[in-house]
Amino acid sequence: MQKSSGKLLNSMDVALRIENLNVSFDSLNILRNISFEVPAGAYVAIVGPNGSGKTTLLKTILGLTGKYSGSVAFPDSSHDNSGKIAYVPQIKTLDRTFPAIALELVLSGLKKTWLGTFSKESKKQAMEMLEQLSADSLAYRQLNSLSGGELQRVYLARCLITNPAVLLLDEPATGIDLVCEKSVNSIIAHYNKIHKTTIIMVTHDWSAAYHHTDYTLLLNKSQIFFGKSSSAFSDANLQQTFSHFGHDHGIKFGLKGNADA
Amino acid sequence: MLEVFSHPFMQRALLAGILIGFTASYYSVFVVQRRISYIGSGLAHAAFGGVALGLLMGIEPLISAVPFTLIIALLTVYLRENTRISSDSIIGILYSISVAAGIIFLALKTDYTSDAYTYLFGSILTVSMTDVYLSVLLALSTVMTFKSYWGRWAYATFDRELAAADKLRVIADDYILMLMTAVTVVLAIKIVGIILITAYIVIPGAFARILSGRFVNMTAIAVIMGVSSSIAGLILSYYLDLPSGAVIIVLQALMFVFAVINNKIKK
Repeated sequence: MQKSSGKLLNSMDVALRIENLNVSFDSLNILRNISFEVPAGAYVAIVGPNGSGKTTLLKTILGLTGKYSGSVAFPDSSHDNSGKIAYVPQIKTLDRTFPAIALELVLSGLKKTWLGTFSKESKKQAMEMLEQLSADSLAYRQLNSLSGGELQRVYLARCLITNPAVLLLDEPATGIDLVCEKSVNSIIAHYNKIHKTTIIMVTHDWSAAYHHTDYTLLLNKSQIFFGKSSSAFSDANLQQTFSHFGHDHGIKFGLKGNADA
Repeated sequence: MLEVFSHPFMQRALLAGILIGFTASYYSVFVVQRRISYIGSGLAHAAFGGVALGLLMGIEPLISAVPFTLIIALLTVYLRENTRISSDSIIGILYSISVAAGIIFLALKTDYTSDAYTYLFGSILTVSMTDVYLSVLLALSTVMTFKSYWGRWAYATFDRELAAADKLRVIADDYILMLMTAVTVVLAIKIVGIILITAYIVIPGAFARILSGRFVNMTAIAVIMGVSSSIAGLILSYYLDLPSGAVIIVLQALMFVFAVINNKIKK
Protein backbone atom coordinates (compact mmCIF):
# COMPACT_ATOMS: atom_id res chain seq x y z
CA MET A 1 0.00 0.00 0.00
CA GLN A 2 1.32 3.43 -0.93
CA LYS A 3 1.05 5.57 2.18
CA SER A 4 3.09 8.66 1.58
CA SER A 5 0.02 10.88 1.44
CA GLY A 6 -3.38 11.12 -0.17
CA LYS A 7 -6.48 9.09 0.49
CA LEU A 8 -5.50 5.66 -0.59
CA LEU A 9 -6.75 3.99 2.55
CA ASN A 10 -10.23 2.75 3.35
CA SER A 11 -12.03 4.52 6.15
CA MET A 12 -11.86 1.37 8.23
CA ASP A 13 -8.10 1.38 8.13
CA VAL A 14 -7.61 5.01 9.05
CA ALA A 15 -7.22 5.85 12.73
CA LEU A 16 -6.87 9.58 12.23
CA ARG A 17 -7.48 11.76 9.21
CA ILE A 18 -6.45 15.40 9.13
CA GLU A 19 -7.40 17.53 6.16
CA ASN A 20 -6.30 21.08 5.38
CA LEU A 21 -5.81 21.92 9.02
CA ASN A 22 -4.96 25.53 9.84
CA VAL A 23 -4.62 26.80 13.39
CA SER A 24 -3.99 30.37 14.41
CA PHE A 25 -4.09 32.33 17.66
CA ASP A 26 -4.55 36.08 17.54
CA SER A 27 -3.89 36.16 13.79
CA LEU A 28 -0.60 34.36 14.38
CA ASN A 29 -0.35 31.31 12.20
CA ILE A 30 0.65 28.29 14.26
CA LEU A 31 -0.14 25.53 11.79
CA ARG A 32 -0.64 25.73 8.05
CA ASN A 33 -2.04 23.24 5.59
CA ILE A 34 -1.64 20.04 7.53
CA SER A 35 -3.09 16.97 5.76
CA PHE A 36 -2.27 13.37 6.54
CA GLU A 37 -3.79 10.02 7.33
CA VAL A 38 -2.64 7.72 10.06
CA PRO A 39 -3.30 4.03 9.33
CA ALA A 40 -4.87 2.12 12.21
CA GLY A 41 -2.27 0.42 14.36
CA ALA A 42 0.57 2.60 13.10
CA TYR A 43 3.24 4.13 15.29
CA VAL A 44 3.67 7.72 14.19
CA ALA A 45 6.17 10.37 15.22
CA ILE A 46 5.50 14.07 14.93
CA VAL A 47 8.93 15.62 14.68
CA GLY A 48 9.88 19.26 14.62
CA PRO A 49 11.92 21.87 16.47
CA ASN A 50 10.65 23.92 19.42
CA GLY A 51 7.86 26.24 18.38
CA SER A 52 7.05 24.22 15.28
CA GLY A 53 3.46 23.63 16.38
CA LYS A 54 3.85 20.00 17.53
CA THR A 55 2.03 20.45 20.80
CA THR A 56 -0.62 22.63 19.13
CA LEU A 57 -1.24 19.86 16.62
CA LEU A 58 -1.57 17.34 19.44
CA LYS A 59 -4.00 19.59 21.31
CA THR A 60 -6.03 20.16 18.17
CA ILE A 61 -6.28 16.40 17.70
CA LEU A 62 -7.47 16.16 21.31
CA GLY A 63 -10.09 18.84 20.75
CA LEU A 64 -8.46 21.31 23.13
CA THR A 65 -7.84 24.02 20.56
CA GLY A 66 -10.81 26.29 20.17
CA LYS A 67 -10.57 27.64 16.67
CA TYR A 68 -9.21 25.90 13.63
CA SER A 69 -10.15 25.35 10.02
CA GLY A 70 -10.03 22.07 8.21
CA SER A 71 -11.00 18.74 9.68
CA VAL A 72 -9.77 16.30 12.27
CA ALA A 73 -11.53 12.93 12.24
CA PHE A 74 -11.20 9.51 13.75
CA PRO A 75 -12.92 7.40 11.08
CA ASP A 76 -12.12 4.02 12.60
CA SER A 77 -15.28 3.02 14.38
CA SER A 78 -14.24 -0.49 15.31
CA HIS A 79 -13.47 0.68 18.85
CA ASP A 80 -16.11 1.94 21.19
CA ASN A 81 -15.99 5.62 21.94
CA SER A 82 -15.38 5.44 25.66
CA GLY A 83 -11.67 4.86 25.66
CA LYS A 84 -11.01 6.02 22.15
CA ILE A 85 -8.27 8.57 22.56
CA ALA A 86 -5.84 8.66 25.46
CA TYR A 87 -3.27 11.32 26.13
CA VAL A 88 0.01 11.40 28.02
CA PRO A 89 0.94 15.04 28.64
CA GLN A 90 4.49 16.29 29.06
CA ILE A 91 5.48 15.30 32.56
CA LYS A 92 6.74 18.81 33.24
CA THR A 93 3.10 19.93 33.28
CA LEU A 94 2.48 17.94 36.48
CA ASP A 95 1.34 20.17 39.33
CA ARG A 96 3.67 18.88 42.02
CA THR A 97 1.76 20.65 44.78
CA PHE A 98 -1.39 18.57 44.19
CA PRO A 99 -1.69 15.87 46.85
CA ALA A 100 -2.14 12.55 45.08
CA ILE A 101 -0.81 9.03 44.89
CA ALA A 102 -0.01 7.15 41.69
CA LEU A 103 -3.01 4.84 42.05
CA GLU A 104 -5.37 7.84 42.02
CA LEU A 105 -3.85 9.16 38.81
CA VAL A 106 -4.31 5.78 37.12
CA LEU A 107 -7.93 5.60 38.28
CA SER A 108 -8.63 9.11 36.99
CA GLY A 109 -7.87 7.76 33.52
CA LEU A 110 -10.25 4.87 34.00
CA LYS A 111 -13.15 6.85 35.52
CA LYS A 112 -12.63 10.24 33.82
CA THR A 113 -13.00 11.95 37.18
CA TRP A 114 -11.04 12.20 40.41
CA LEU A 115 -12.00 9.51 42.91
CA GLY A 116 -12.24 9.99 46.64
CA THR A 117 -12.79 6.32 47.28
CA PHE A 118 -12.50 3.41 44.91
CA SER A 119 -13.93 -0.07 44.65
CA LYS A 120 -11.80 -3.20 45.06
CA GLU A 121 -12.53 -3.98 41.45
CA SER A 122 -11.19 -0.71 40.00
CA LYS A 123 -8.23 -0.89 42.32
CA LYS A 124 -7.44 -4.40 41.13
CA GLN A 125 -7.67 -3.25 37.52
CA ALA A 126 -5.34 -0.32 38.15
CA MET A 127 -2.85 -2.51 40.03
CA GLU A 128 -2.78 -5.02 37.18
CA MET A 129 -2.09 -2.25 34.69
CA LEU A 130 0.69 -0.84 36.84
CA GLU A 131 2.12 -4.33 37.20
CA GLN A 132 2.28 -4.72 33.41
CA LEU A 133 4.44 -1.60 33.34
CA SER A 134 6.48 -2.83 36.33
CA ALA A 135 5.17 0.12 38.29
CA ASP A 136 2.98 -1.62 40.88
CA SER A 137 5.43 -0.70 43.63
CA LEU A 138 4.67 2.96 42.90
CA ALA A 139 0.90 2.69 43.50
CA TYR A 140 0.89 4.31 46.95
CA ARG A 141 3.75 6.71 46.37
CA GLN A 142 3.12 10.44 46.30
CA LEU A 143 3.19 11.76 42.74
CA ASN A 144 5.64 14.48 43.71
CA SER A 145 8.12 11.87 44.95
CA LEU A 146 8.28 10.04 41.61
CA SER A 147 11.08 10.45 39.11
CA GLY A 148 10.38 11.45 35.52
CA GLY A 149 10.61 7.87 34.30
CA GLU A 150 8.35 6.58 37.06
CA LEU A 151 5.80 9.29 36.37
CA GLN A 152 5.85 8.45 32.68
CA ARG A 153 4.91 4.85 33.51
CA VAL A 154 2.07 5.97 35.75
CA TYR A 155 0.76 8.31 33.06
CA LEU A 156 1.04 5.48 30.54
CA ALA A 157 -0.85 3.18 32.89
CA ARG A 158 -3.70 5.68 33.22
CA CYS A 159 -4.00 5.72 29.43
CA LEU A 160 -3.52 2.05 28.65
CA ILE A 161 -6.06 1.01 31.28
CA THR A 162 -8.77 2.43 28.99
CA ASN A 163 -7.54 0.27 26.10
CA PRO A 164 -7.43 3.27 23.76
CA ALA A 165 -7.70 3.09 19.99
CA VAL A 166 -5.32 6.01 19.68
CA LEU A 167 -2.63 6.94 22.19
CA LEU A 168 -1.14 10.43 22.00
CA LEU A 169 2.16 11.14 23.72
CA ASP A 170 3.73 14.57 24.14
CA GLU A 171 7.53 14.36 24.40
CA PRO A 172 7.55 11.13 26.41
CA ALA A 173 11.34 11.03 26.55
CA THR A 174 11.84 14.57 27.80
CA GLY A 175 12.88 14.97 31.42
CA ILE A 176 13.76 11.35 32.04
CA ASP A 177 17.13 9.67 32.03
CA LEU A 178 18.40 7.49 29.21
CA VAL A 179 17.69 4.14 30.88
CA CYS A 180 14.10 5.14 31.59
CA GLU A 181 13.78 6.64 28.15
CA LYS A 182 14.77 3.35 26.54
CA SER A 183 12.36 1.38 28.71
CA VAL A 184 9.49 3.81 28.09
CA ASN A 185 10.20 3.69 24.37
CA SER A 186 10.19 -0.08 24.39
CA ILE A 187 6.98 -0.21 26.46
CA ILE A 188 5.30 1.99 23.88
CA ALA A 189 6.66 0.02 20.93
CA HIS A 190 5.71 -3.27 22.59
CA TYR A 191 2.20 -2.08 23.34
CA ASN A 192 1.79 -0.89 19.78
CA LYS A 193 2.74 -4.35 18.46
CA ILE A 194 0.65 -6.42 20.86
CA HIS A 195 -2.54 -4.35 21.03
CA LYS A 196 -2.48 -2.75 17.58
CA THR A 197 -3.01 0.59 19.27
CA THR A 198 -2.37 3.56 17.03
CA ILE A 199 0.34 5.66 18.63
CA ILE A 200 1.09 9.27 17.84
CA MET A 201 4.16 10.60 19.59
CA VAL A 202 5.37 14.18 19.57
CA THR A 203 9.13 14.35 19.83
CA HIS A 204 12.07 16.50 18.85
CA ASP A 205 14.29 13.42 18.99
CA TRP A 206 14.35 12.39 15.36
CA SER A 207 16.68 9.48 15.95
CA ALA A 208 14.10 7.89 18.26
CA ALA A 209 11.50 8.50 15.56
CA TYR A 210 13.72 6.85 12.96
CA HIS A 211 14.38 3.77 15.09
CA HIS A 212 10.98 3.14 16.65
CA THR A 213 8.18 4.45 14.49
CA ASP A 214 6.51 3.43 11.25
CA TYR A 215 5.55 6.87 10.01
CA THR A 216 6.87 10.34 10.57
CA LEU A 217 5.33 13.76 10.18
CA LEU A 218 7.99 16.43 9.84
CA LEU A 219 6.58 19.71 11.00
CA ASN A 220 7.72 23.28 11.09
CA LYS A 221 4.45 25.22 11.17
CA SER A 222 3.64 23.69 7.82
CA GLN A 223 3.87 20.05 6.87
CA ILE A 224 7.28 19.24 5.44
CA PHE A 225 6.91 15.50 5.11
CA PHE A 226 4.56 12.68 5.97
CA GLY A 227 5.43 9.12 5.15
CA LYS A 228 7.47 6.10 6.14
CA SER A 229 9.94 6.91 8.89
CA SER A 230 12.62 5.02 7.01
CA SER A 231 12.55 7.59 4.23
CA ALA A 232 11.71 10.68 6.28
CA PHE A 233 15.09 11.76 7.47
CA SER A 234 16.89 12.81 4.35
CA ASP A 235 19.32 15.68 4.70
CA ALA A 236 17.02 17.90 2.68
CA ASN A 237 13.98 17.13 4.89
CA LEU A 238 15.89 17.66 8.12
CA GLN A 239 17.41 20.84 6.82
CA GLN A 240 13.98 22.14 5.98
CA THR A 241 12.50 21.07 9.33
CA PHE A 242 15.16 22.11 11.77
CA SER A 243 16.94 24.88 9.95
CA HIS A 244 15.61 28.28 9.13
CA PHE A 245 16.68 31.00 6.76
CA GLY A 246 19.04 33.71 7.92
CA HIS A 247 21.81 31.99 9.78
CA ASP A 248 23.55 28.67 9.74
CA HIS A 249 23.78 26.79 13.03
CA GLY A 250 26.50 24.65 11.61
CA ILE A 251 24.62 21.51 12.58
CA LYS A 252 25.44 18.48 10.53
CA PHE A 253 22.25 16.61 9.78
CA GLY A 254 21.84 13.02 8.72
CA LEU A 255 21.80 9.77 10.61
CA LYS A 256 25.34 8.62 9.88
CA GLY A 257 27.27 8.27 13.11
CA ASN A 258 24.15 9.02 15.12
CA ALA A 259 22.59 5.62 15.01
CA ASP A 260 22.97 5.07 18.76
CA ALA A 261 22.03 8.56 19.81
CA MET B 1 -20.52 27.40 79.72
CA LEU B 2 -24.07 26.79 78.55
CA GLU B 3 -24.92 30.45 78.90
CA VAL B 4 -23.39 31.09 75.52
CA PHE B 5 -26.05 28.95 73.84
CA SER B 6 -28.98 30.60 75.60
CA HIS B 7 -28.98 33.78 73.51
CA PRO B 8 -30.96 33.59 70.27
CA PHE B 9 -28.35 35.74 68.50
CA MET B 10 -25.63 33.27 69.50
CA GLN B 11 -27.74 30.36 68.34
CA ARG B 12 -28.13 32.00 64.94
CA ALA B 13 -24.46 32.93 64.78
CA LEU B 14 -23.34 29.41 65.70
CA LEU B 15 -25.65 27.81 63.20
CA ALA B 16 -24.57 30.15 60.42
CA GLY B 17 -20.94 29.84 61.57
CA ILE B 18 -20.99 26.03 61.37
CA LEU B 19 -22.60 26.04 57.92
CA ILE B 20 -20.40 28.78 56.47
CA GLY B 21 -17.32 27.32 58.15
CA PHE B 22 -18.13 24.10 56.35
CA THR B 23 -18.67 25.60 52.88
CA ALA B 24 -15.78 28.07 53.09
CA SER B 25 -13.33 25.35 54.08
CA TYR B 26 -14.72 22.94 51.50
CA TYR B 27 -14.20 25.42 48.67
CA SER B 28 -10.86 26.48 50.15
CA VAL B 29 -9.21 23.25 48.96
CA PHE B 30 -9.95 24.24 45.36
CA VAL B 31 -9.00 27.87 45.98
CA VAL B 32 -5.65 26.77 47.43
CA GLN B 33 -4.80 24.14 44.82
CA ARG B 34 -5.88 26.36 41.92
CA ARG B 35 -3.81 29.21 43.37
CA ILE B 36 -6.73 31.60 43.18
CA SER B 37 -6.74 32.97 46.73
CA TYR B 38 -6.85 36.47 45.23
CA ILE B 39 -10.34 35.51 44.04
CA GLY B 40 -11.51 35.27 47.67
CA SER B 41 -10.22 38.76 48.29
CA GLY B 42 -11.67 40.01 45.01
CA LEU B 43 -15.11 38.58 45.76
CA ALA B 44 -15.06 40.07 49.25
CA HIS B 45 -14.37 43.51 47.82
CA ALA B 46 -17.07 42.99 45.21
CA ALA B 47 -19.42 42.13 48.07
CA PHE B 48 -18.58 45.45 49.72
CA GLY B 49 -20.03 47.28 46.70
CA GLY B 50 -23.14 45.13 46.92
CA VAL B 51 -23.55 45.67 50.66
CA ALA B 52 -23.13 49.44 50.30
CA LEU B 53 -25.77 49.45 47.57
CA GLY B 54 -28.17 47.66 49.93
CA LEU B 55 -27.45 50.15 52.72
CA LEU B 56 -28.05 53.05 50.34
CA MET B 57 -31.34 51.62 49.15
CA GLY B 58 -32.35 50.80 52.69
CA ILE B 59 -32.85 47.10 52.00
CA GLU B 60 -31.30 44.02 53.63
CA PRO B 61 -27.70 44.26 52.29
CA LEU B 62 -27.57 40.53 51.55
CA ILE B 63 -30.32 40.94 48.99
CA SER B 64 -28.18 43.29 46.93
CA ALA B 65 -24.78 41.80 47.84
CA VAL B 66 -25.52 38.28 46.59
CA PRO B 67 -26.49 39.23 43.00
CA PHE B 68 -23.88 42.02 42.89
CA THR B 69 -21.09 39.61 43.85
CA LEU B 70 -22.37 36.90 41.52
CA ILE B 71 -22.30 39.29 38.58
CA ILE B 72 -18.71 40.28 39.39
CA ALA B 73 -17.78 36.59 39.77
CA LEU B 74 -19.31 35.62 36.43
CA LEU B 75 -17.73 38.63 34.77
CA THR B 76 -14.35 37.53 36.12
CA VAL B 77 -14.60 34.06 34.58
CA TYR B 78 -16.03 35.48 31.36
CA LEU B 79 -13.24 38.04 30.93
CA ARG B 80 -10.61 35.42 31.75
CA GLU B 81 -11.94 33.15 29.03
CA ASN B 82 -12.52 35.84 26.44
CA THR B 83 -9.76 38.42 26.78
CA ARG B 84 -6.01 38.33 26.94
CA ILE B 85 -5.98 39.92 30.41
CA SER B 86 -4.81 37.60 33.18
CA SER B 87 -7.27 36.83 35.93
CA ASP B 88 -5.35 38.59 38.68
CA SER B 89 -5.50 41.83 36.66
CA ILE B 90 -9.19 41.30 35.96
CA ILE B 91 -9.86 40.82 39.68
CA GLY B 92 -7.72 43.84 40.50
CA ILE B 93 -9.76 46.02 38.15
CA LEU B 94 -13.21 44.66 38.99
CA TYR B 95 -12.80 44.74 42.74
CA SER B 96 -11.45 48.29 42.73
CA ILE B 97 -14.51 49.34 40.73
CA SER B 98 -16.77 47.61 43.27
CA VAL B 99 -15.04 49.24 46.24
CA ALA B 100 -15.13 52.64 44.53
CA ALA B 101 -18.83 52.18 43.82
CA GLY B 102 -19.35 51.07 47.42
CA ILE B 103 -17.63 54.16 48.82
CA ILE B 104 -19.77 56.40 46.60
CA PHE B 105 -22.94 54.56 47.65
CA LEU B 106 -22.04 55.09 51.32
CA ALA B 107 -21.20 58.75 50.72
CA LEU B 108 -24.59 59.25 49.06
CA LYS B 109 -26.31 57.81 52.10
CA THR B 110 -26.99 60.86 54.21
CA ASP B 111 -27.86 59.23 57.52
CA TYR B 112 -25.76 57.26 59.98
CA THR B 113 -23.50 54.69 58.28
CA SER B 114 -21.91 52.76 61.15
CA ASP B 115 -23.48 49.69 59.52
CA ALA B 116 -20.57 49.66 57.11
CA TYR B 117 -18.21 48.67 59.93
CA THR B 118 -20.40 45.71 60.72
CA TYR B 119 -19.69 44.40 57.26
CA LEU B 120 -16.00 45.27 57.15
CA PHE B 121 -15.18 43.51 60.42
CA GLY B 122 -18.14 41.18 60.82
CA SER B 123 -20.64 41.21 63.65
CA ILE B 124 -22.41 38.12 64.89
CA LEU B 125 -25.03 40.31 66.56
CA THR B 126 -26.41 41.10 63.13
CA VAL B 127 -26.75 37.49 61.91
CA SER B 128 -30.42 37.28 60.96
CA MET B 129 -32.70 34.35 60.23
CA THR B 130 -32.28 35.26 56.53
CA ASP B 131 -28.55 34.61 56.92
CA VAL B 132 -29.27 31.28 58.58
CA TYR B 133 -31.74 30.20 55.88
CA LEU B 134 -29.38 31.18 53.07
CA SER B 135 -26.53 29.37 54.83
CA VAL B 136 -28.66 26.24 55.09
CA LEU B 137 -29.46 26.53 51.38
CA LEU B 138 -25.80 26.98 50.45
CA ALA B 139 -24.63 24.10 52.64
CA LEU B 140 -27.37 21.86 51.23
CA SER B 141 -26.47 22.65 47.61
CA THR B 142 -22.83 22.04 48.46
CA VAL B 143 -23.67 18.62 49.91
CA MET B 144 -25.93 17.77 46.99
CA THR B 145 -23.36 18.71 44.34
CA PHE B 146 -20.56 16.94 46.21
CA LYS B 147 -20.99 13.58 44.50
CA SER B 148 -20.95 14.88 40.94
CA TYR B 149 -18.73 17.96 41.25
CA TRP B 150 -16.00 17.21 43.78
CA GLY B 151 -14.31 14.69 41.48
CA ARG B 152 -14.63 16.88 38.38
CA TRP B 153 -13.34 19.99 40.12
CA ALA B 154 -10.53 17.93 41.62
CA TYR B 155 -9.62 16.45 38.24
CA ALA B 156 -9.58 19.85 36.55
CA THR B 157 -7.63 21.25 39.49
CA PHE B 158 -5.02 18.52 39.07
CA ASP B 159 -4.71 19.03 35.31
CA ARG B 160 -7.20 21.15 33.42
CA GLU B 161 -6.13 19.95 29.97
CA LEU B 162 -6.23 16.31 30.96
CA ALA B 163 -9.76 16.83 32.25
CA ALA B 164 -10.74 18.69 29.07
CA ALA B 165 -9.19 15.91 26.94
CA ASP B 166 -11.45 13.51 28.84
CA LYS B 167 -14.38 15.66 27.70
CA LEU B 168 -15.13 17.24 31.06
CA ARG B 169 -16.84 20.60 30.63
CA VAL B 170 -14.15 22.46 32.52
CA ILE B 171 -15.34 25.99 31.73
CA ALA B 172 -18.93 25.31 32.78
CA ASP B 173 -17.61 23.64 35.92
CA ASP B 174 -15.46 26.71 36.64
CA TYR B 175 -18.55 28.94 36.52
CA ILE B 176 -20.32 26.73 39.04
CA LEU B 177 -17.31 26.64 41.37
CA MET B 178 -17.06 30.42 41.09
CA LEU B 179 -20.77 30.87 41.88
CA MET B 180 -20.62 28.65 44.95
CA THR B 181 -17.47 30.39 46.18
CA ALA B 182 -19.04 33.81 45.61
CA VAL B 183 -22.16 32.96 47.62
CA THR B 184 -19.96 31.52 50.37
CA VAL B 185 -17.96 34.75 50.52
CA VAL B 186 -21.06 36.94 50.74
CA LEU B 187 -22.62 34.82 53.47
CA ALA B 188 -19.35 34.75 55.43
CA ILE B 189 -19.32 38.54 55.68
CA LYS B 190 -21.28 38.81 58.93
CA ILE B 191 -19.25 36.06 60.60
CA VAL B 192 -15.71 37.14 59.69
CA GLY B 193 -16.08 40.48 57.93
CA ILE B 194 -15.04 41.51 54.43
CA ILE B 195 -11.44 42.18 55.40
CA LEU B 196 -10.75 38.72 56.82
CA ILE B 197 -12.64 36.59 54.29
CA THR B 198 -9.54 35.89 52.21
CA ALA B 199 -7.98 34.10 55.16
CA TYR B 200 -11.21 32.24 55.94
CA ILE B 201 -11.29 30.79 52.42
CA VAL B 202 -7.56 29.99 52.26
CA ILE B 203 -6.22 28.88 55.66
CA PRO B 204 -8.29 25.67 56.03
CA GLY B 205 -7.13 24.44 52.61
CA ALA B 206 -3.52 25.41 53.22
CA PHE B 207 -3.59 23.79 56.68
CA ALA B 208 -5.06 20.59 55.25
CA ARG B 209 -2.56 20.51 52.39
CA ILE B 210 0.30 20.34 54.88
CA LEU B 211 -1.27 17.38 56.64
CA SER B 212 -2.47 15.30 53.69
CA GLY B 213 -1.05 13.28 50.86
CA ARG B 214 -4.33 12.76 49.05
CA PHE B 215 -6.84 15.33 47.86
CA VAL B 216 -9.77 13.51 49.46
CA ASN B 217 -8.06 13.67 52.88
CA MET B 218 -7.16 17.28 52.28
CA THR B 219 -10.84 18.06 51.74
CA ALA B 220 -11.91 16.22 54.89
CA ILE B 221 -9.23 17.80 57.09
CA ALA B 222 -10.01 21.29 55.73
CA VAL B 223 -13.71 20.89 56.55
CA ILE B 224 -13.03 19.59 60.05
CA MET B 225 -10.64 22.48 60.65
CA GLY B 226 -12.99 25.10 59.18
CA VAL B 227 -16.00 23.97 61.20
CA SER B 228 -14.18 23.42 64.51
CA SER B 229 -12.32 26.72 64.35
CA SER B 230 -15.55 28.57 63.54
CA ILE B 231 -17.37 27.06 66.52
CA ALA B 232 -14.44 27.57 68.88
CA GLY B 233 -13.84 31.09 67.59
CA LEU B 234 -17.47 32.13 68.04
CA ILE B 235 -17.67 30.78 71.61
CA LEU B 236 -14.30 32.26 72.54
CA SER B 237 -15.20 35.64 71.09
CA TYR B 238 -18.35 35.66 73.22
CA TYR B 239 -16.43 35.11 76.46
CA LEU B 240 -13.50 37.36 75.56
CA ASP B 241 -15.86 40.00 74.19
CA LEU B 242 -13.80 40.28 71.00
CA PRO B 243 -14.91 40.44 67.35
CA SER B 244 -15.71 36.90 66.20
CA GLY B 245 -14.06 37.10 62.78
CA ALA B 246 -10.70 38.13 64.19
CA VAL B 247 -10.83 35.40 66.86
CA ILE B 248 -11.70 32.70 64.28
CA ILE B 249 -8.89 33.77 61.96
CA VAL B 250 -6.35 33.95 64.81
CA LEU B 251 -7.37 30.43 65.86
CA GLN B 252 -7.01 29.19 62.29
CA ALA B 253 -3.65 30.90 61.94
CA LEU B 254 -2.43 29.24 65.17
CA MET B 255 -3.52 25.84 63.87
CA PHE B 256 -1.75 26.55 60.59
CA VAL B 257 1.48 27.53 62.35
CA PHE B 258 1.22 24.41 64.49
CA ALA B 259 0.84 22.26 61.36
CA VAL B 260 3.85 23.90 59.71
CA ILE B 261 6.03 23.35 62.81
CA ASN B 262 4.76 19.79 63.23
CA ASN B 263 5.58 19.09 59.59
CA LYS B 264 9.10 20.49 59.94
CA ILE B 265 9.76 18.38 63.05
CA LYS B 266 8.59 15.21 61.28
CA LYS B 267 11.02 15.87 58.45
